[in-house]
Amino acid sequence: MAAVTETLDTVQSVTQSGYKWGFETTIEMDFAPKGLNEDIIRLISARKEEPEWMLEWRLKAYAAWLKMEEPQWARVDHPPIDYQDLHYYAAPKKKAGPKSLDEVDPELLKMYEKLGIPLKERAILAGVDPDTVENTQIAVDAVFDSVSVATTFQATLRKSGVIFCPISEAIREHPELVKQYIGSVVPVADNFFSALNSAVFTDGSFVFIPKGVRCPMELSTYFRINARNTGQFERTLIIAEAGSHVSYLEGCTAPQRDENQLHAAVVELVAMDDSAIKYSTVQNWYPGDSNGKGGIYNFVTKRGACRGARSKISWTQVETGSAITWKYPSCVLLGEDSVGEFYSVAVTNNHQQADTGTKMIHIGKGSRSTIISKGISAGHSNNTYRGLVRMLPSATNARNFTQCDSLLIGDQCGAHTVPYIESRNVTAKVEHEATTSKIADDQLFYCRQRGLSEEDAVGLIVNGFCKDVLKELPMEFAVEAQKLLAVSLEGSVG
Amino acid sequence: MLDIRDLAASIGDKPILKGINLTVPQGEVHAIMGPNGSGKSTLGYVLSGREDYTVTGGTVTFNGIDLLDMKPEQRAAAGVFLAFQSPIELPGVNNANFLRTALNAIRRAHGESELDAVQFLKLARAETKRLHMPDDMLKRNVNVGFSGGEKKRNEVLQMAILRPKLAILDETDSGLDIDALKIVADGVNALRGPDFSALVITHHQRLLDHLVPNRVHVLAHGRIVRTGGPELAKELEKSGYAGLIAEAA
Amino acid sequence: MSSGATGFLQRYETLIGRLPGDSALRSAAAAAFKASGLPGGTQQRRIEAWKYTSLRPVAEADFQPDTAPRHEVETVLAGLLLLDAPRIVFADGTLRSDLSVMPVAGFARFADQPDFGTLSWPDREPMVALNTMLARDGAALHVPAGFDGGLVQLVSVAVGDGDFHPRHSIRLAKGAKLTVVEISAGQGKYLLNTVAEIHVAEGAHLTHIRLQDEAVTAFHVSTTYADVEAGGTYDSFTLNLGARLSRTEVRAQLSGAGAIAHLNAAQILAGSQLGDFTTVIGHAAPGCISRQTVKNVLAGRSRGVFQGKIEVARAAQKTDGYQMNQALLLSPDAEIDCKPELEIFADDVKCSHGATVGELDAEQMFYLRSRGIPDAEARSILVRAFLAEALDAVADDTIRARMETAVDQWWERQKA
Repeated sequence: MAAVTETLDTVQSVTQSGYKWGFETTIEMDFAPKGLNEDIIRLISARKEEPEWMLEWRLKAYAAWLKMEEPQWARVDHPPIDYQDLHYYAAPKKKAGPKSLDEVDPELLKMYEKLGIPLKERAILAGVDPDTVENTQIAVDAVFDSVSVATTFQATLRKSGVIFCPISEAIREHPELVKQYIGSVVPVADNFFSALNSAVFTDGSFVFIPKGVRCPMELSTYFRINARNTGQFERTLIIAEAGSHVSYLEGCTAPQRDENQLHAAVVELVAMDDSAIKYSTVQNWYPGDSNGKGGIYNFVTKRGACRGARSKISWTQVETGSAITWKYPSCVLLGEDSVGEFYSVAVTNNHQQADTGTKMIHIGKGSRSTIISKGISAGHSNNTYRGLVRMLPSATNARNFTQCDSLLIGDQCGAHTVPYIESRNVTAKVEHEATTSKIADDQLFYCRQRGLSEEDAVGLIVNGFCKDVLKELPMEFAVEAQKLLAVSLEGSVG
Repeated sequence: MLDIRDLAASIGDKPILKGINLTVPQGEVHAIMGPNGSGKSTLGYVLSGREDYTVTGGTVTFNGIDLLDMKPEQRAAAGVFLAFQSPIELPGVNNANFLRTALNAIRRAHGESELDAVQFLKLARAETKRLHMPDDMLKRNVNVGFSGGEKKRNEVLQMAILRPKLAILDETDSGLDIDALKIVADGVNALRGPDFSALVITHHQRLLDHLVPNRVHVLAHGRIVRTGGPELAKELEKSGYAGLIAEAA
Repeated sequence: MSSGATGFLQRYETLIGRLPGDSALRSAAAAAFKASGLPGGTQQRRIEAWKYTSLRPVAEADFQPDTAPRHEVETVLAGLLLLDAPRIVFADGTLRSDLSVMPVAGFARFADQPDFGTLSWPDREPMVALNTMLARDGAALHVPAGFDGGLVQLVSVAVGDGDFHPRHSIRLAKGAKLTVVEISAGQGKYLLNTVAEIHVAEGAHLTHIRLQDEAVTAFHVSTTYADVEAGGTYDSFTLNLGARLSRTEVRAQLSGAGAIAHLNAAQILAGSQLGDFTTVIGHAAPGCISRQTVKNVLAGRSRGVFQGKIEVARAAQKTDGYQMNQALLLSPDAEIDCKPELEIFADDVKCSHGATVGELDAEQMFYLRSRGIPDAEARSILVRAFLAEALDAVADDTIRARMETAVDQWWERQKA
């Protein structure tokens, strides 16, 4: 598809090395004092004007968190995190919510422009009848630190019954929906970080697609962690009713920092009969400098429940940033003939560490899952794929296919594969393959002899290696993804 | 014009080329023949800039430019093309995209405008047609799953599109049947002209029946031991290399 | 602490000073065992290496080592169809010279010359600690440089309800050759906990074939540490058929350039057996080759576990590692857990692994039956075909035939 179209010319356009998106915006911020305790949680809940039940839910989560221990089993090394040394709430001071883009703080709009988010462009297009501009619009729920600012296209979406709003708004406006589903895919006490998130999440997206509706446009959220020492704790909940379809894009950037910043999000997806949710991520959090100092810690719990028959959830991700990545977007395949997919490219360079992968739990008859994971290690980094494919006794005729490939660039990095395969159903079939390779000198020379520079040659070969994953990304993301791959591997060869 | 003077090169500690003197005037096709281990492929690699080899002496100028000073991609931009003995596979890399990227890189180096996908495909299809190659060769991944013959044809296609000024064909004829040989020969012959020179490194005389060289050089033990006209190739076919080498020793 | 583990420690206390060899080593092992207990026993924290296999049944069993055996060693031995070659026979963990045919040279007895070796980790492995605490006897085979030691059979027969801890060592000097066929079988509710240390020096070649056919009421734990030097080969094949719970662990270190290790295996289980085959192959030097083909056939309510880790150190460029693991589930209650792991720090390597899980192909079954072959036999034919690739790893025809007979006998037992 379009993703495969050659875009090396865009690689040429990225001429600066270093993290292009590293800058800070000086805007008046409203900080909660550092530390985590019940009062902070009450403050967050109050600021968000949440109903009582939500506060109760948060407090219960906090109580559970206090009893839990940080997990130690991943292949990642980091100095201990002092959870009391972070701000858990930061919001730009604002008056009332903006009714249109004109009312948004112009500094904010300027920042979004710097990030390349075409908000204004989209706003101009909004004047045109959306039905005549097929699939070229993206509704952007722009998140600036803890508060969602400027949600566009609500009107168009509302026409088809789609709800796309910040989760704080959903808690106020659609409490029954939120109550029904929140914590049902990722239980509060599922793990240390999900418990923390449940206590202190400050925002994220809420998406609800009613029966039979094909969401008319791709939904997207840009995240940014700006203020010093705030952890970003987003909570996203996407519900696709029977027969509905939605494609959601998550793309992130963050400014340069010296102290590490924590990112512990929770994403829950629910897919009913015959519905499909496609969740794509291009993750570009600050990875730390070339000596491994600074960078974002990305500890995320993402899980999709294919509750309906013939439901489908696809996770597609290109991860190039973060100092440390710990995430396993997973699918619980409950429905008969449900489908789970995981397509991932994870790049680590310099001193980055990644321990990522997926879990496919097959419960329903005829459930199918596909896992294609491409890991690229360069510099002094360590990149681990950790996957679980579990066929329960009820998973008659279930199928899994897994392909995980590692590409090592240079001899100072590590690439590791830890797949767990567990089957308790005789008719279930599992097929798993893993390979390790490097960019051969022969291949580099061949490309260079045909006129490509060494950097271009690496970009070309790496893109070829990742092709099977990149073609699953929505077009806009595919372009950004290819750019990112090239930038993150700059200086890794020779 | 390609002018090689006293070229000496080693791989690691082992000297392979021990003083090559060779001039290929513009517009000519020269053949390099010789027994295995004589250094024929090394010559091709050293001219195209492969980093495993160390040049220990001598000079190489092409149309007045000092080639030895340039990186492989710069030599490509200067018009050098090496048709590999066993072309490399690039999994996941589409053939058409690869060729367009290479062509545009070279055009950029010359300050020419780049071709977009549509323009390029037009150009490429014209060449695949001329070379009697199936269209789908452009859609496949570079050399992946290609038979030996198909790989060689792909090299010829690349030459037709990139239009080099100096083509070095490294044992291009190994593994090809007669019909495929003709295609390679026709492909190179079609490029012949005042701006095109070629060094055809070959073992057998067969290819040279169709791709008639202006001169034939015999390379043995890292040196050129004999030079002659096209008939020298036929002579070698009959009597082998032993006599020549003994003579030169 | 469970009665099982305390029982072992208590027995150790009574034996201090009466067991051969380094008592400091034994007491350090006892301390380690006391701290760790039995994996999956009563521990709070799970040990990743024992993730799928809990030794709780061992912890809860009551082993009686010194009671009179209830079965005849000779009877069991006769049923083993041993080959016409030297055989070293241990009954209930003690050497029986009367039943053995000693090899010409290069044999020593642990009870006389205790040697705990240098490669094992009693501080990290609870069962190795247990063996180090209580080992009384074992075989030490040594083949001098350039010598071909031929074929030696190492046999263990257990006929009691006790626990036995043989300690073996096999050392091949430069250029030496040896084939060891190790067979363990028995009757009763015993625990056989073996530790073996193997050294293959430069250019030497060790072929190690193992047939584990313990009583279906017994426990079998075997931990092998092997070190292969430059150009040496450690070619091993393990066939696990018996025991209610078996854990076969092999750690092979390729420490010299061009060393080769083959760690092949087949596990065929039924009833409520659990068979755990766990390996770690360490590529520490350049140009080493490792190959693994592991097949699991699981019937009844059995559980198969395969954990295969390949570690490639930074210096191990040009590593060539390949691993294929396949499981065939024959019944709805069978279970397979596998974890093929790669840990790679060198870039110029060829490392791959594949794993498949499935059942007998319905079309193939139909084809056989449409040609008149009854269902049970058709299954047997297809299962054999599935196992053939793993058994082919045994180069010697006679030995392979013996393995195939063992598989046949297993199949017969299922029908009964």
